[in-house]
Formats: sequence, structure tokens, C-alpha cells
Amino acid sequence: MEIDPVIFRLAIFILSIFVGYYVVWSVTPALHTPLMSVTNAISSVIIVGALVAVGLSPVSQNFIGKFPGMLAILLASINIFGGFLVTHRMLQMYKKNKKK
Amino acid sequence: MISANLTAILYLVTGILFIMALRGLSSPESSRRGNFFGILGMTLAIIVTLLSIGTVSQIKLNIYYIVVPLIIGGLIGGFIAYRIAMTAMPQLVAGFHSLVGLSAVLVGIVAFYNPASFGIGQIGNIKFLSLIEMSLGVAIGAITFSGSCIAFLKLQGIMSGSPITFKGQHYLNLVIGTVIVFLIVNFTKLQSVNLFWGIIILSTLIGFLIIIPIGGADMPVVVSMLNSYSGWAAAGIGFTLENIALIITGALVGSSGAILSYIMCKGMNRSLFNVILGGFGGDTSSAVANKNTKPVKQGGADDAVFLMKNASSVIIVPGYGMAVAQAQHALREMADKLKKLGVKVSYAIHPVAGRMPGHMNVLLAEANVPYDEVFELENINNDFSNTDVAFVIGANDVTNPAAKTDPKSAIYGMPILDVEKAKSVLFVKRGMASGYAGVDNELFYRDNTLMLFSDAKKMVEEIVKNLD
Repeated sequence: MEIDPVIFRLAIFILSIFVGYYVVWSVTPALHTPLMSVTNAISSVIIVGALVAVGLSPVSQNFIGKFPGMLAILLASINIFGGFLVTHRMLQMYKKNKKK
Repeated sequence: MISANLTAILYLVTGILFIMALRGLSSPESSRRGNFFGILGMTLAIIVTLLSIGTVSQIKLNIYYIVVPLIIGGLIGGFIAYRIAMTAMPQLVAGFHSLVGLSAVLVGIVAFYNPASFGIGQIGNIKFLSLIEMSLGVAIGAITFSGSCIAFLKLQGIMSGSPITFKGQHYLNLVIGTVIVFLIVNFTKLQSVNLFWGIIILSTLIGFLIIIPIGGADMPVVVSMLNSYSGWAAAGIGFTLENIALIITGALVGSSGAILSYIMCKGMNRSLFNVILGGFGGDTSSAVANKNTKPVKQGGADDAVFLMKNASSVIIVPGYGMAVAQAQHALREMADKLKKLGVKVSYAIHPVAGRMPGHMNVLLAEANVPYDEVFELENINNDFSNTDVAFVIGANDVTNPAAKTDPKSAIYGMPILDVEKAKSVLFVKRGMASGYAGVDNELFYRDNTLMLFSDAKKMVEEIVKNLD
């Protein structure tokens, strides 16, 4: 019997949770705010779903039909650009004491 | 066009880049490189997706529908990120979470109406597993969306930060929750359009209802929790679309938010359940506050200057009040002047100080406070006993010894900063009102405590002037 591909995806999912668990515990508490903004930015990778939806939408489909996908692209890209940029801005601020 | 296998492998690379982005945050030095990995991963994911869609001529047909919203969104996001004040980070993050939630719902809707694009079946004949994943994805997405909207309104001050409770609230939530589960079960059997929209509408509703009873100072937990939800929503949609990049990212973000929620709850010694049930931290505090009629010692900026000039070490304890007053820049000036006088200055941060995890650290970093002068509770708590002055600005409950000594207190068991062990304690506060938990702080009445009643920023600026 073949293994259902869903099981593989489930395996990836669960292993990723474990990776996330250990990686996030090693994040220094001082950077918890940037952590939130960067996780927010990367979760916008949901844009790939919207890209497929709009990119593969039938030519015959009118603007209304494409609209939800386009709106999702718009919202996700606000997040992507906004999230990474604001994280960058914050991280620039963390400076070490210039030792005398 | 690239093959499905190559696409999957490149998506895996995206996932690894995202892991490295989070890994980078283990120290400030590596964090900037980490953010770069994140951007690289996102770029890769978008390019791979476009390449996987089909032939160039096929993409060309819809290219404007893709590029135009992408550019508009990018400009809006860039503008917001460039302009936002650091004190407004909590509401910005809450607002961004709501966008992730809404995107997840929208992608779920598209997948439901156009399943063939994603290869998960035909309209009315979608695969059973895809239906489960899809309904979970849109349900969690909708909760994230509406919950984050409320969190945003509360943090922005548009909506009152005090909890909104009414009779039978928990029962109502329970009923709606049960109905959602019932709808999902039936949706997977019937695939009906009405059930699908029913799930979305009820989930949106319950998102509102879950967040409205939660008070302002519990916001660190709420923001982290919604962070986690946005991840699980992404993962749910990832399963629906059979997309590895989304599944990995969703899992990373979901567990990250869950850990932050846990840390925040521990910082308050409350269970997640207790926070979600809410109703804690209303405006009832003022009634309790005036119970104690013992005298307090009041002072002005000159008294504070006298104490700190003669000190050899000062620990500054910032809280939400500092953020509200935007006193971080003045505070750093004060610290600089003290350092010039040979006083050792460090900062102590309680895990739940502010309105989101790490909020104080960002504000201090903004004011150019070097991060190696800023310490977490467990790293600095032993130092208070060797410290001359503890300078508490805009914080209260997190210093209250009742958390250790009084089992009846609402904050009993909460880890606190041991400012009471310092030789003298300065409290910068606007008035005698007790903190968020509504508990009186006995430290105010001690002989070695001096109360500086003023707006945090004004008081610190005055101290700075007097230090010359």
C-alpha cells in the first residue's frame, strides 16, 4: 500500500513545529518584538496561494471573479513589505555599548 | 514552467531560509542578517510560484492582475513601516495580524470557488481532506482577522482598553463555538456554499467576542496569541493548497506565537485559560486604591538628583507608563549624565512590561540605549540588593512585594523585580492610583521610598536639567 501524500505533509508540519519550538526558545527576549513583526511578515507567504489563484484564473473570468485573489495579494504584500521593513528599522536600533 | 517536484524543493529552501531568519534573532548582531534571509525566502517563494503557474504566455494573461495589487500593497506597507512610531508597534503588529487572517480567508474562498486551479477537485466535488483543511483555515483566519481588529482598536485607544463583559458571555461563546464545529462537520459532507459562509461569519463573530472581554494590560498575551493563530491559519490553507512553504511557515509562526503567549502568561503567573476568560483588570482599581491612608514620602526632581548623584549604581525599571509618556529619550539623557558622573546605570525589564513582548527593549533601543545595559528579570534580580537607587518609571505591579508575601493578593505568585532590596526606591508616577491589577503597593509607604508625582517625561526632563 502506498502512503498518502497527506501523511508526508503532516510530517513536515509536525517537524516544523518542533524546529520552530527550539528556534524560538533561543530568541533573546530583547528581540521579541522584532520576532513578532518578522513572523508576521513571513506568514504572509500565504501570498503564494493568491498568486496561483489569480495567475491561473480563466481568461474568461471577469474582474469580480478575480477580485478576492487580487485583494489577498494586496493585503499580503502590505504585510510583506511592511513587516520586513519595520523589522529592519527596529533591528538597526539595537546597538552595543561603544566600549571606552 | 518548472516541475512540481522542483517547485516543492524550492519551497523547502524557502522554509529553511525562514528558519534561519528566526534563528538570527538569537542575538542582535546576527538579527539583521536573519531579516535578510527572511526577505530572500519570501522573494524566492514568490518567484517560484510565478514560475510554477505555467508558461510565460499563460502568466502574461493575468500579469497585471498580479503586479498591480503587489505594487500598491508594497507601497502602502512600505509607507506604514517607514512612518510608524516605535511606541505604536503593538497596534501595528495587531493590524498586520488582521491582514494575514483576512488573506487566509480570501485564499480559502478562492480555493472553494475555483478548486481546479489548485488541483484539489471540481466545484461541488472537492476532496474530503481538502474540505477539512479549508474550513479550518478560513475559520482560524476569520478569528485572527476579527480578533486582531479588536486588539488594534484597543491598543490604538479607539476602543476603551477596559474589558467589556456581559452576562452569559462564556455560554454564548461556547454555543457559537459548538455551532462552528457542527457547520464544519456538515460542510465536509455537503460542500454547501451557505455552510461555507456560515463558518466564515460565525468565526468572525467569535473572534470579536473572544477579545472584547480582555483588558488592556493583558494585551501582550492577546497579541502573541493572535500571532500564533495567524500561523495556524496559514498552515491550514497550506494543507488545502498542498503547499510546503505555507505549511512550514505556518508551523513556525504558530509555535512562535504559542511560546510567546506562554512566556507572557508565566510573566503574570496566570494561565492562558484565565486570560482568555478575561474580565481581569478593569477600572475597579481606583476604588481599592485609597484604602491605605498611611503617609507617603513625596519628593521633587532635586531630591531624586541628590539621591542618584550620590549613588554608585542605579537600576532603571521602565513600564508601560514610560511608553505612554514617550519618556525613553529623556531617560537615556538622564542615564548618560549619570554615567558621566561615574554612576553605573542598567535597565531591568519585566517580561510583561508594556503592551507586547519585548516592547520596552525596542523603545530603549530607539532611544539609543545600548542593549548590553538592558537586562531581563532573571539576569538582574540579584543585583538589586547591591544597588543604591532603583528608579521605577511607569511601572507598578511588577515591583509589588505582595506578589511574594501575600497569598490573598491578585498578583500572588507573579515574578517581580526585587526593587524593594535597593537602598532607596524612586517611583515616577502620575498619582497614587494602584496598578492594573488593582492591588495596593506597600512599597510606596516605606521609609526608603520616594514618590515623584508627575508625568514621566516631565519629571525625567527636570531631573536631567538638575543634573547639570
